[in-house]
Amino acid sequence: MACNSATCQSGCYRDDNDKLDDQFPLPAPAPATVPNHRQQTTNGVSPDGDSNDSILCVKCKLNQPMAVDGNIGLFCGDCFRSNLYGKFRFSVTSNALISPSDNVLVAFSGGPSSRVALQFVHEMQMKAQKNFDASRDRSLPVFGVGVAFIDESLIVPVPADEFDKAIEEMRFVVSNLAPPIKQFYVVPTESIYSSDSDDGRNRLKELLTGVSDITGREDLLEHLRMLALQKVALENGYTKILLGTCTSRIACHVLEATVKGQGYSLAADIQYVDARWEIPVILPLRDCLAQELHTLCSLDSLKTLEVLNGHNSGINALITSFVKLLQEENPSRESTIVRTAGKLTPFHFNRMPEVDDCNIRLASQRRQKKYNLKPNESLPPESFCRICNSPLKKADVKSCKMEDGKMSAEVFRDTCCRSCQFQILPKDISAVEHFHSLLPLQMVARAEYNNLGEDKDGLLREQIQDCLLSDTEDGT
Amino acid sequence: MEGETAKPAKGRVCTICNQRRAALKRPKTLEQICRECFYAVFEQEIHGVIVENQLFKPGERVAIGASGGKDSTVLAYVLSELNRRHNYGLDLFLLSVDEGITGYRDDSLETVKRNEIQYGLPLKVVSYKELYGWTMDEIVKLIGLKNNCTFCGVFRRQALDRGAALLKVDKLVTGHNADDIAETVLLNILRGDIARLSRCTSITTGEDGPIPRCKPFKYTYEKEIFTYAYFKRLDYFSTECIYSPNAYRGFAREFIKDLERIRPRAILDIIKSGEDFRISTSTKMPEQGNCERCGYISSQKWCKACVLLEGLNRGLPKLGIGRSRGVNNEPGKNTKQAKGVESIQSKQCGNLDF
Repeated sequence: MACNSATCQSGCYRDDNDKLDDQFPLPAPAPATVPNHRQQTTNGVSPDGDSNDSILCVKCKLNQPMAVDGNIGLFCGDCFRSNLYGKFRFSVTSNALISPSDNVLVAFSGGPSSRVALQFVHEMQMKAQKNFDASRDRSLPVFGVGVAFIDESLIVPVPADEFDKAIEEMRFVVSNLAPPIKQFYVVPTESIYSSDSDDGRNRLKELLTGVSDITGREDLLEHLRMLALQKVALENGYTKILLGTCTSRIACHVLEATVKGQGYSLAADIQYVDARWEIPVILPLRDCLAQELHTLCSLDSLKTLEVLNGHNSGINALITSFVKLLQEENPSRESTIVRTAGKLTPFHFNRMPEVDDCNIRLASQRRQKKYNLKPNESLPPESFCRICNSPLKKADVKSCKMEDGKMSAEVFRDTCCRSCQFQILPKDISAVEHFHSLLPLQMVARAEYNNLGEDKDGLLREQIQDCLLSDTEDGT
Repeated sequence: MEGETAKPAKGRVCTICNQRRAALKRPKTLEQICRECFYAVFEQEIHGVIVENQLFKPGERVAIGASGGKDSTVLAYVLSELNRRHNYGLDLFLLSVDEGITGYRDDSLETVKRNEIQYGLPLKVVSYKELYGWTMDEIVKLIGLKNNCTFCGVFRRQALDRGAALLKVDKLVTGHNADDIAETVLLNILRGDIARLSRCTSITTGEDGPIPRCKPFKYTYEKEIFTYAYFKRLDYFSTECIYSPNAYRGFAREFIKDLERIRPRAILDIIKSGEDFRISTSTKMPEQGNCERCGYISSQKWCKACVLLEGLNRGLPKLGIGRSRGVNNEPGKNTKQAKGVESIQSKQCGNLDF
């Protein structure tokens, strides 16, 4: 596919299949996965591979590159692995995602992305441990790692024996990664309700059946998943939640958000850091493609479990297949999409909150280069959607006052984003009240908390305005 | 009509007036409504867009870019209707571009000429031949069926502006509909073009230039335009260009149609997203200047049309196609460039074709 734009940055090449008269015939195009500078070597190679010796890994120039999906890749196995790990490590260090005092909870679904995320975090932790053991003053603690699996079997039914087997396998995977020992939590979604589990199960079921739009139901389940992760992290003393979200997933999310009219809040979801939650969420695999993660899993025989991952439907499914098609036509399309969306202005919460403890700060500064930590000039948004927690555009927020601390259905609806209003909330206003009563407390309490926090900050700022020399907190 | 006018079940009445029998399922909302109510909401929505965005001022001269296709035909009809009904006080003109494509444009121009009489709007036709000395037929004969859309697109954009200047109008309106704009938003994301992404959803563009352009159909669905033209039995031309028969069958277009099937509102949501994207104003935008040769707005030394024209006249038709611009960089390297990597094509008819 050629995209026919003079300003196109996707690096795609028009295929010359159409045999129309061309005054300047071009040489046969190179296979899409092989960049141009290797064209001459690959063109001379017969498919039998008798002269395969001439193709070498672009990095070490010693070994033969490994095959990726039937094509000859760029790297040999070792270089591929270190390149991928390098991307992970770079995003962690350059954005200060993990500091030595952290306790990181890895969200583990059993799929390739989170499996690689877990593996990489483990490798990083092992290295930190080695340094710790070798250092004399032992001033840098080693960050802790835990693993959480969100059990959605109540909503996406899985046969009990298969489920138990999968859990056992995951437990095995996690226990094999020690030392240091990593806790493994199996968290049912209904745990977001503080009440006893039977009641929680019923409320969750009723909540989800109340959503008629299949895309909306799927998205609501995803929001609930985040709540469950937050809860287990908070209860067990974790300071970061690590997701295995990769470039390909983010590319899909960019289009999903665009199609659902969430253009304003999109930038909040696709950064390395998302600290709008009580426990900040980090995305260190943001620069890795799903295909690379797959390859690593098969290369290192990392066991993945697809049983528990329900397939998406509705709009999300349509977008997944669209992006897959685009990616097949042009292997850099997913990266281009993410790069485009990466140019949108992030929010103030898309960077690590400053830690107050100066000991920790000093210690972490010793090993981390925080050169990507430019403060964003953007002001905090007024409020967040109660359901999806996405920042709301000021113009879209209707001023709403609660009467006697109780919230009417209309007011509640106005505190949700347009997209959630459409695809998650019941159309009938009389049903909204019941829907509201089924939501977990974290969602119901969200808006008040957020509004309060920011109003207070703004007020304080206003009062000391005359002594402030710059517009940002850290004086740059 | 691809079957979207569902056969009304017996006795089903319009959900708006509750009186007449429903004749169609409205593509935007899936409401079952009667013909009269459809005309009313369709026209009312466009009127609302015009008023809300203050597209026109009383006494303005406005040219309607008319190709003879369904969008511009419906636009001409509805605008002249609304102008009369709501006393906009506009002087409306039809402005057509004759690309010189035998078997396509000559036929569609006949349609526009009939519209001139039917709606009583004066028509001005500007032709590539008189503006540039080349017809599309001649260009295609020289360069073949590759990149011909680049020439046509660049020339048309300028031809419309020149025609509008000849008519001494204050504004130019085009029939771009909601589907077109949603498609452009997606394409700009897929291409990584943040500068275009930030401005492709504006309803009025070129306000700093001599003649601003606007799109009154920004929120109007293509399907509704079809439906309107069908029920009103408007006289429009529906053949595709012979040089690019599949110009509008891009991947993105297919995707939007699929989306619309699942959730009609998605088209409006994409436009809403496009308007809401947080694009910092410090994002590098190309600087606007004027072409040293013809004076037309251009970010380069020469405008694209002049570069392409120069190539045609010098027998180097590849000049200006691809990423680097020969004339604007170093004229000495033209031959190399013409032979060079022809990898990334200029924007064609706005689609990702395979």
